[in-house]
Amino acid sequence: MRRTLPIAGLVLASLALGACTSGATPSPSSAAPSVAAPPPAPSVAASVAPSATPDACAAANLKLTTAGKLTIGTDNPAFPPYYDAPASPTKPWQLGDPTDGKGFESAFAYALATKLGFDKTAVAWIVVPFDNSFAPGAKKFDLDINQVSYTADRASAVDLSDGYYNLTQSVVALKANGLASVTSIAGMKGFKFGAQVGTTSLDTINNVIAPTAAAKVYTTNDDAIAGLKAKQIDGLVVDLPTAFYVTAVQVDNSAIVGQFAAPTGADAEHFSVVLVKGSPLTSCVNAAIAAMKSDGSLDAITKEWLSDKASAPVLQP
Amino acid sequence: MTLTGGPLDPGDLIGLAGRRGPRRSRRRIPPGEALRSTAIALVSTVVVVGALAYAVTSSPNWPDVRDAFFNGVWFGYSWPLLVEAFGTNIALFVIAELLILPLALILAIARGLPGPVFFPVRLLATFYVDFFRAVPGLLIIAILGFGIPALDLPGVPNDEFFWAIIALTLVYSAYVSEVYRAGIESVHWSQEAAARSLGLNRLQAYRFVIIPQAVRRVIPPLLNDFIGLQKDTVLVSSLGVVEIFREASIIKAAKFNFTPYLAVALIFIIITIPLARFTDWLVRRDAARQMSNR
Repeated sequence: MRRTLPIAGLVLASLALGACTSGATPSPSSAAPSVAAPPPAPSVAASVAPSATPDACAAANLKLTTAGKLTIGTDNPAFPPYYDAPASPTKPWQLGDPTDGKGFESAFAYALATKLGFDKTAVAWIVVPFDNSFAPGAKKFDLDINQVSYTADRASAVDLSDGYYNLTQSVVALKANGLASVTSIAGMKGFKFGAQVGTTSLDTINNVIAPTAAAKVYTTNDDAIAGLKAKQIDGLVVDLPTAFYVTAVQVDNSAIVGQFAAPTGADAEHFSVVLVKGSPLTSCVNAAIAAMKSDGSLDAITKEWLSDKASAPVLQP
Repeated sequence: MTLTGGPLDPGDLIGLAGRRGPRRSRRRIPPGEALRSTAIALVSTVVVVGALAYAVTSSPNWPDVRDAFFNGVWFGYSWPLLVEAFGTNIALFVIAELLILPLALILAIARGLPGPVFFPVRLLATFYVDFFRAVPGLLIIAILGFGIPALDLPGVPNDEFFWAIIALTLVYSAYVSEVYRAGIESVHWSQEAAARSLGLNRLQAYRFVIIPQAVRRVIPPLLNDFIGLQKDTVLVSSLGVVEIFREASIIKAAKFNFTPYLAVALIFIIITIPLARFTDWLVRRDAARQMSNR
């Protein structure tokens, strides 16, 4: 590793030089052979501009899976409230349709793309199953926006951006279940809980509730809901925005028992954009997210799609 | 070898003269030749395995694949958790197999019942086998495991482990009944005729003459289906049961690393290969017994 570091530095430096020279040459010549599609690389000026060095984050200088397009992945089905579920989603989307710019993550993705210098027509959505987002090998996406919570272990396999949403976990139960009237975490230990595999909700069951019966772990959230309906579990643990969708749309006669007090500061659980390990885009995405935080646009998007619903009693310890 | 017209080896003469019975003569392999064969096999193996290993490890993405699938840290982390979770799989396939073996035998006998009176029994048994062999096991597990408890019928258990065992039993008894049926049909009709002529009724003929012979013949395919059942216990993860595959998925998703899957594969290999050798041994023992008895 020690030996490779200076070499990596050299490579980076030469890349920067390369970016500099290619930025100086007129872009159409480089874009021409790849795609005949109308929108070529948007103008360099539109993006968030760091200072002295030539703009490595300019849309024209970004190395993309498809030239001139920002390819964003998410899983199918994409769920509300992160994605909007229109009456007839465009193919191949089954439930949520990320292409309409509605729903929290769709709105966030388009705002992020704008900050990076891509207009709406230059954004392409593809289906990326959860596992594919971190499988080794060439990736088909530039960014994957799929409610992926940051953990240090995960960040050693892929690049995870700075957070774009701090979330809290919550418990959903059938109204008829005894769990529905519990107000403290201590009072929950005797109940059976379930969560979707790969979620931090499962960690919440194991580490925060620590129930006497082992957690049931389902392939999808829909399977976990089936388990809730079949009374195989008393409580379903999901992030709070999902809990609102589950109780409002997916399960009749269910209620949010409560949310867990959100950890603060560095411990705050947050969603990150997934990028290929070592992607040159990561710093650009982080810069764009920082810009969206400082100009208030991220707050506005969060309020519009999530915050009006995000109130539930906080569970006592 | 002597029959092919080569020069007579003194060893052959000793072999032919010195041993009783019609033994096949063996040519003694000269030590030099044995050494040479071994050397060639060794070099050839090293070359082939080496070339394969080189082809895999020299690919530009090998370091990424190695870290994602053959990661020592996550292997060590996941191994004890996976071994513990495998206890659930063992419970699943042992209980299910104990139910499958008798149920499948009943089905196989039901399908073979002669005469027009038993037509509905044959029809039902045939339909059962057709249905449960046709529908993917995963669907049967999901439909029973989620569907029946959701009906909220009084007195019907809603435990997912219970329904997982029922589902595996239904699916595999269909396969196994066909194995039994093949065994029963392989017993020559004269066996039943002989049994009946001795005064045994049909049930006794099955119990004492046909079934024992049939079962002995189908032990290898029975173990084959048993291995299939062992592997299919991972499908039960779809009901939320934390067995070995689900435990591996949990670790995979938490660490963004696929090494736990490799560890699962290894555990199944460790379980399955001794069973395969045991089956081979059973078959050999059986063949030897039949040879000596006749």
